[in-house]
Amino acid sequence: MFLINCPYCGERDQSEFSCGGEAHIVRPKQPTELSDDQWAEYLFMRKNIKGIQFERWNHAHGCRKWFNMVRDTSNDKIHAVYKMGEKPPVE
Amino acid sequence: MKNKYSIFSLIKNAFSQHENWKQAWGDPKPKGEYEAIIIGGGGHGLATAYYLAKKHNMRNIAVLEKGWIGGGNTGRNTTIIRSNYLWDASAGLYDHALKIWENLSQELNYNIMFSQRGVMNLAHNLQDVRDLKRRTHANRLNGIDAVWLNTNQVKEFCPIINTSPDIRYPVLGGTLQRRAGTARHDAVAWGYARGADEMGVDIIQNCEVKGIKRNGDQVEGVETSKGFIKTKKIGVVAAGHSSVIANMAGLKLPLESKPLQALVSEPVKPIIDTVVMSNAVHAYVSQSDKGELVIGAGTDAYVSYTQRGSHDVVEGTLKAILELYPIFSRMKMLRQWGGIVDICPDASPIISKTNIKGLYFNCGWGTGGFKATPGSGDLFAHTIANDEPHKLNAAFNLNRFVSGDLVDEHGAAAVAH
Repeated sequence: MFLINCPYCGERDQSEFSCGGEAHIVRPKQPTELSDDQWAEYLFMRKNIKGIQFERWNHAHGCRKWFNMVRDTSNDKIHAVYKMGEKPPVE
Repeated sequence: MKNKYSIFSLIKNAFSQHENWKQAWGDPKPKGEYEAIIIGGGGHGLATAYYLAKKHNMRNIAVLEKGWIGGGNTGRNTTIIRSNYLWDASAGLYDHALKIWENLSQELNYNIMFSQRGVMNLAHNLQDVRDLKRRTHANRLNGIDAVWLNTNQVKEFCPIINTSPDIRYPVLGGTLQRRAGTARHDAVAWGYARGADEMGVDIIQNCEVKGIKRNGDQVEGVETSKGFIKTKKIGVVAAGHSSVIANMAGLKLPLESKPLQALVSEPVKPIIDTVVMSNAVHAYVSQSDKGELVIGAGTDAYVSYTQRGSHDVVEGTLKAILELYPIFSRMKMLRQWGGIVDICPDASPIISKTNIKGLYFNCGWGTGGFKATPGSGDLFAHTIANDEPHKLNAAFNLNRFVSGDLVDEHGAAAVAH
């Protein structure tokens, strides 16, 4: 449990948000040309990192907008929050 | 058996104030090379080593554990054992485990306190009723005992449940598996460790795996905090940290690791003599032999390795518990903790070879791995020894995420995921 600084609403309790999982997984541009392995990679395989992870969050019980977050999954510390479409911060 | 436990050994040792019991397992230094290495000294890993030695005669093997044996999810779960799963593949897997549980104390000569006190799953809405009745029929077709109870029968079986029609989620009935129950979780790890150690397995604690060495698509050994160890076969049973080990081998798994919480109350006299689970309101409770209520809460809905978990999850569970059992309203909770569970998209485990030769994974048990410990170890040992899955774990291969042949137990598995 932690506080999240929503880029639209400011700091709110984490229970107002829902996590959309790993960020920057791009939907394949030509789905019909994908092999089964590539589909499995897109649909199911996850980095599931212990450490700095990029992920998508939604302020479900607030502004309902999606945004991205950089969080350390080993201690739940949030390093950065940035809007959809913005470039992920480089550290 | 070098040190058989019995009433006679208990009496004999009583004369020396119980100070001369032999250590149940040793503390060996790692050798330079093993026939196989198991990464993870929890129940599943130790059971794997035990069955590799016992059934497949692989004695030159080691179990590497980062902390101490049974200190991870083995010692953090709510000890529930049942096999009332919907799909044939799951029913086969979990009932195989349940059949081993029934004789495990005798086999290991170690009292794992297996108690077939029954597990009851409650229905709170019409869809629950339909789903649970369907599951009862599916269970029976697979030879697994299951009965449907109406509201009065639920009340009769567990009188402290509030079956009033006025509560927010009234009890409309439930299913009961009488062969299901609980076991002492630590004892399972200790019993398997003692059994494996006796057959020559090296159990190496405080030994963290730092890397996996590959030569092309064949494994060559593991880099550890106690040096490099050569081996041709690696079985990974690292629960929440499976992805971390997989990344070392350049592999990605379909897993997300999340904290799952449980809590226990202060000890009280016997009040609930069974296990009651409720899917819809996500609350389940049983009573330990010490008298504590053992309560399982849910997972946090985001990836985290913190072994803590959020307060709102606990609060939600306790609200449901209080509505169903008003008698617990003045109980105090003693301890709360979290364990990191690795969850598969279809909520079924992976017991599988990989596309790297000699690298095997047993993971993805998610919120319900304890019940499968003996079966999981047995089938994983078979898979490692023969380089082929047993027919009972063939469906639980890693390739199902490519073929689409998933074992979808979400929701159907009788606990909320």
